[in-house]
Amino acid sequence: MLWRNDIRGMRMKNPNSLMMGLFIVTGLLMIGAIVLALGIAPDPVNLATPTERSAQRIFYFHVPNWWVGFLAYLVAAVAGVLYLILRREQWDAVGVSSIEIGLAFNTIGLISGSIWAKPTWNTWWTWEPRLTTAAIGWLMYVGYLMLRSAIENPHQRARFAAVFSILAFLDVPVIFLAIRWWRTIHPVVIGGEGGQGVGGFALGPTIQLVFFFCLGTFTLLYVTLMLVRLRAELLSRRVEHLRQRLMFR
Amino acid sequence: MIEIKGLIKAFGSRLVLRGITLHVDAGEFVTLVGPNGAGKTTLIRILATLSRPSAGRVLLGGCDLNEDPMVVRRMIGLVSHRTLLYDDLSGEQNLLFYAQLYDVARPKTRAEELLRQVGLWGRQHDPVSTYSRGMQQRLAIARALLHNPPVLLLDEPDTGLDRQAAATLGALLRQTDLGQRTVLMTTHNLEYAAAWGERVAILVNGQIAFQTNRSETDLTTLRAQYDHYASPA
Amino acid sequence: MHHLRKIWAIMAKDLAVELRTREVLGAMFVFALLVIFIFNFAFELRVEDQRTLAPGVLWVAITFAGMLGLSRSFIREKDRGSLEGLLLAPVDRGVIFLGKMLGNALFIAVIALIILPAFVILFNLSAAVMPQLAMIAVLGTIGLSGVGTLFSAMAVHTRAREILLPVLLFPLIVPVILSAVKLSAAVIDNVPFAEVQQWLSLLVVFDIVFAVLSFLFFDYVVEE
Repeated sequence: MLWRNDIRGMRMKNPNSLMMGLFIVTGLLMIGAIVLALGIAPDPVNLATPTERSAQRIFYFHVPNWWVGFLAYLVAAVAGVLYLILRREQWDAVGVSSIEIGLAFNTIGLISGSIWAKPTWNTWWTWEPRLTTAAIGWLMYVGYLMLRSAIENPHQRARFAAVFSILAFLDVPVIFLAIRWWRTIHPVVIGGEGGQGVGGFALGPTIQLVFFFCLGTFTLLYVTLMLVRLRAELLSRRVEHLRQRLMFR
Repeated sequence: MIEIKGLIKAFGSRLVLRGITLHVDAGEFVTLVGPNGAGKTTLIRILATLSRPSAGRVLLGGCDLNEDPMVVRRMIGLVSHRTLLYDDLSGEQNLLFYAQLYDVARPKTRAEELLRQVGLWGRQHDPVSTYSRGMQQRLAIARALLHNPPVLLLDEPDTGLDRQAAATLGALLRQTDLGQRTVLMTTHNLEYAAAWGERVAILVNGQIAFQTNRSETDLTTLRAQYDHYASPA
Repeated sequence: MHHLRKIWAIMAKDLAVELRTREVLGAMFVFALLVIFIFNFAFELRVEDQRTLAPGVLWVAITFAGMLGLSRSFIREKDRGSLEGLLLAPVDRGVIFLGKMLGNALFIAVIALIILPAFVILFNLSAAVMPQLAMIAVLGTIGLSGVGTLFSAMAVHTRAREILLPVLLFPLIVPVILSAVKLSAAVIDNVPFAEVQQWLSLLVVFDIVFAVLSFLFFDYVVEE
């Protein structure tokens, strides 16, 4: 019958062996990434002070961090579209899980970026494009969570959340563009045309390799976290469905 | 006129309507009685296209609710226990506004006609907030009839009305003008159900427990049946 | 075309209700004025040339007052159950959205235009800037109203409705505010148009794209 459908869909294939494997692989790769980034990667040639050289290494974590946040929000927006079309509750679960993870990375990105900024630009914060967009994005997705918690009806909540996450994601590039038309002092390391960055550095081949390794590791980290979070979300929804069935018999 | 087959409505995992099958012929006046929480309002809202069925089929005048909601909306008039009126506007302004939404021809004439029919002519320029509850219900009926819908849905229209106002309402509903209309009304007042409807159905716990024609029963029997089905098992 | 007639009917109805009660426009006007006053006092001691702040203050006032108007619009409908009256009628949901959005835009624009003279006087600007500032105000208002109408339709279903709307809306309309402030600043400081042309493009494109998106998504928000 109808309501059983809700519950059946809340299952994931028994994930234990898969997830354990994933945990181990991700863990090992992260250790590798840390070793590579902090130890093995060479200093970039054009940075003057030792502080700057050490501080530069955050680049291996900070940029993948930003990438994962962006990916998480993208996945959520796509999940939103899928929910509105297919109306299966799983997509709503994917959306909220992804945004929570994205928000976590977003927060870490803002904090770690700030820590890097102090020795490099001599300020904890500055209103430049990437940083400001990240901050506004943070506010948007915190708003998303607030919206969710303010709505009781689960179908309505899923619908509203989907609409909001799609609009928010589409708005991010517009916000970035708007803010970018102001001064920028963020290092424009990748794809920077006309952006005068302070603190930019040369990308030698080894540095590139380490960077992409870290990028891949972080993406895997995202996938792992998503699986964990999603599983928890689906299980809790299943519990809720069962509880309601028992209560309202 | 109204065909409901196996209608199920669930909110999350909670079943409110558990498989309703009901048939209302054109021109029939059917009342649906049931205790609070039986699903009466939910049923009416689904018929009024304000809510979607979880499963089952609902046809109004041969049109499927899910497929042609716009066509269905033109066919129904709803009188809810909330007025759906704009308190700050006058009675006439309310009717004229809805007349525009329903593409009613010659709105002013039609509005006047209805206002006279429900006995509100003379107060049509006063804000609805100054009307009594009974008057507001009468205006709501006028609004529901603006576009001359073949189907009239009423959700506990006697709520908040005293005996006299309810009697006026009943008289209004049974006027010859409405004779060709199909009417489905819910209430938890057995007296009105028995007095106004040609057919009475008892809705309990999301299901129709009992149906009968008014001609084949009387108030006492009906009450007995109601108590039997409505009492907690 | 009958759609246009219905859009107009919805706008006219909102206008009629407002004229009877005068609750929203009055509050918005006073609020916007207060914002301008408060900013004036707050910055008087620290800022040499207040004119640098002027565009920002104007748009903060318009935005905050606009939020007020946006929430009130749907709250009134929902509380009286009249939103269902609209949904019940054989009216396209998109038509309802456009009627509501244009009504909102009208209210906010009216407030913005009424505020302008006060603004010009308090900041000691030349009256010649008013027509251009008015045009910018209209464009910005449309940007606010598009997503604003959609989000207020969402927020009205929650308990903390008046607080939730700004939280949801502000981050998304940053491009509108930035563009509007930049353009207003250019008008006040007499900057040649070519320098700020991109901001106008951004504002117009945002207005159109997000109004269309909101129009498309409105259906999902009001369905049951």
